[in-house]
Amino acid sequence: MTDRRQDDMSTVDSATPDASRRAFLKGGAAAAAVVTLAPGVTLYATGADAAVTGPATSAKRWGMLIDANADAGVWDVAVAACQKEQGWGGGENPATDPQWIRKVTVKNPKTGATANMPVMCQHCDEPPCVDVCPTGASMKRADGIVLVDKHICIGCRFCMMACPYAARSFVHEPVQGQKPHMPRGKGTVEACTMCVHRVDRGQQPACVEALAASGSTAMMFGDLNDPNSDISRAVSKYVTQRIRADLNVGPGIHYRGI
Amino acid sequence: MAADTTVYKEIEGKGGDYYSLIGWLGVIIAAGLYAVFNMEHHGHVVTGMTNAVVWGTPHVFAVFLIVAASGALNVASISSVFGKYHYKPLARLSAVTAVALLAGGLMILVLDLGRPDRLIVAMTHYNFKSIFAWNIILYNGFFVIVLAYLWVMMERRMNPHSSKVGMAAFLWRLVLTTGTGSIFGFLVARPGYDAAIMAPMFIAMSFSFGLAIFILIVNAAYRSSGRPLGDKILFKMRNLLGVFIAAALYFNAVQHVTNLYAAEHGGVEAFILMDGGIYTFLFWVIWVGLGSLFPLALLFNPATGRTSTGINIASVLVILGGLAQMYIIIIGGQAFPLQLFPGMEVSSAFFDGSVHPYAPSHWEIMLGLAGMAAAVLIIAVAVKYLPLLPLSLSDAKVDPHHAKD
Repeated sequence: MTDRRQDDMSTVDSATPDASRRAFLKGGAAAAAVVTLAPGVTLYATGADAAVTGPATSAKRWGMLIDANADAGVWDVAVAACQKEQGWGGGENPATDPQWIRKVTVKNPKTGATANMPVMCQHCDEPPCVDVCPTGASMKRADGIVLVDKHICIGCRFCMMACPYAARSFVHEPVQGQKPHMPRGKGTVEACTMCVHRVDRGQQPACVEALAASGSTAMMFGDLNDPNSDISRAVSKYVTQRIRADLNVGPGIHYRGI
Repeated sequence: MAADTTVYKEIEGKGGDYYSLIGWLGVIIAAGLYAVFNMEHHGHVVTGMTNAVVWGTPHVFAVFLIVAASGALNVASISSVFGKYHYKPLARLSAVTAVALLAGGLMILVLDLGRPDRLIVAMTHYNFKSIFAWNIILYNGFFVIVLAYLWVMMERRMNPHSSKVGMAAFLWRLVLTTGTGSIFGFLVARPGYDAAIMAPMFIAMSFSFGLAIFILIVNAAYRSSGRPLGDKILFKMRNLLGVFIAAALYFNAVQHVTNLYAAEHGGVEAFILMDGGIYTFLFWVIWVGLGSLFPLALLFNPATGRTSTGINIASVLVILGGLAQMYIIIIGGQAFPLQLFPGMEVSSAFFDGSVHPYAPSHWEIMLGLAGMAAAVLIIAVAVKYLPLLPLSLSDAKVDPHHAKD
């Protein structure tokens, strides 16, 4: 049911008969139309490019492959890229500031072997957050991306109790510097969206793109359902791990080297 | 079925004591609402809650009250469902107490939401796979069924239906507390939860906490209104409370022993039982000692168990122990870190792998107390305007040879 709703959301733009409006919204390099109504009052029109890749469909399964053997420094690049893209970070209260993606250090206490990797929403096949959400605000798109509908999130935080990965954050304070494509709100829960706004435009998530730009191949994004995609070839070539695989929630994020 | 010959009458509620009680409750509730205003205006950053400990002191109070609500209905259930006529005169008060406690608990829960203004969304958008959504239905249904139950008890023409409606209310409250326990039981990834025993343990705790509150309310209502309260009914409730305390302790013991057997739960068990600081202290000293074993000793020691003072003190301690137990379950369960990589040492800027600190803010405590005050206020107003309390609960009235109805 939630999948269908998201399908509808994705197709909304293509179903709009007003072609001139679409053309206007798509015009220029900006993804969003911005109109300043009065000083301090700005109207944003977003979602203009949502239909580029068509509606979300279960024919696709977006996922990532992360190489935990990569140099630890690259994960700071990934975190910074996410902050810049989605407009979070920079707060002064580490216990309550949102953290959509974080660098986690894992050490084997017996051998001392250490690995670093980014942990964010794992975009599960069977997301516990979606199961427990009373209103259906936590939802999974047909293509496997797990999102929060900020309009019907009541801020109960049960999804944060249920998430095995501590991937979600509650917005504890008024938010500043929001991005037009990512409205955020005090009192609601948020997490990695796998840069759904970019993916729907046929682009890569910001973290993956930033790493690629820095010359690193430690993060790979793609369609796990497409046997010819780079990520599908990689996960069929190497044995990959998924965090808390024992819970059988089917994370869409694969890791190597942990 | 013989007619109920008990005479019920509203309390006078005119004295300065009554109005000062109402006044104080009003002040506590107003303070709680001021706390809510601050939490909503500034955001939850002003509370002690974090992204790791997402449910805090408000939830301790709320879950305690919701659990106690279903337990407070027990006295009514025992009379209607199990035919123990001694309890019949208190059935009306039992139903009102249940509704009041649930209302107080839900008030806290709703006002702590990140977006309490969206309560209507919670009432109109249901994800039927969510145990939380089920609980919303169970809570609303509890109000409807228990108020219907109260009506059939109070409306003489409907009296013959009271046992049937009472049975429905009893079954509903069992399902409701199962639902409350399952909020935690269904959390697969948290080592402190994820156990089917949460549901029956919550039911056992509800019997105990609810009855302890009910005993205090009965004592307070009768002492303050000057109506006779005999030992017979008090001692019967005392015996029940003893059994319920033991039952709650039993389920808790089974939970921990089972967890101790599994190596994967060794960490969280060591945390709660041995080296968890405040949580270990609350578990052994407040919950097990002061909140369970000591009340048991008070209740069954002839010197204290045969006095209303001894029974009242035991009841207060059970409530204190219950709040401690809720703190251990709700906050202790979150303070212990999620096990992303079992057996490995994990660290991050998001505090992975470390015990999460939590200190309740005064806002949270104010909100929690406001919920409790709201529950007491509902009861205080109800007994003034509705004929809920029998004129007498003397031993002669609570006569074992009284015609069974």
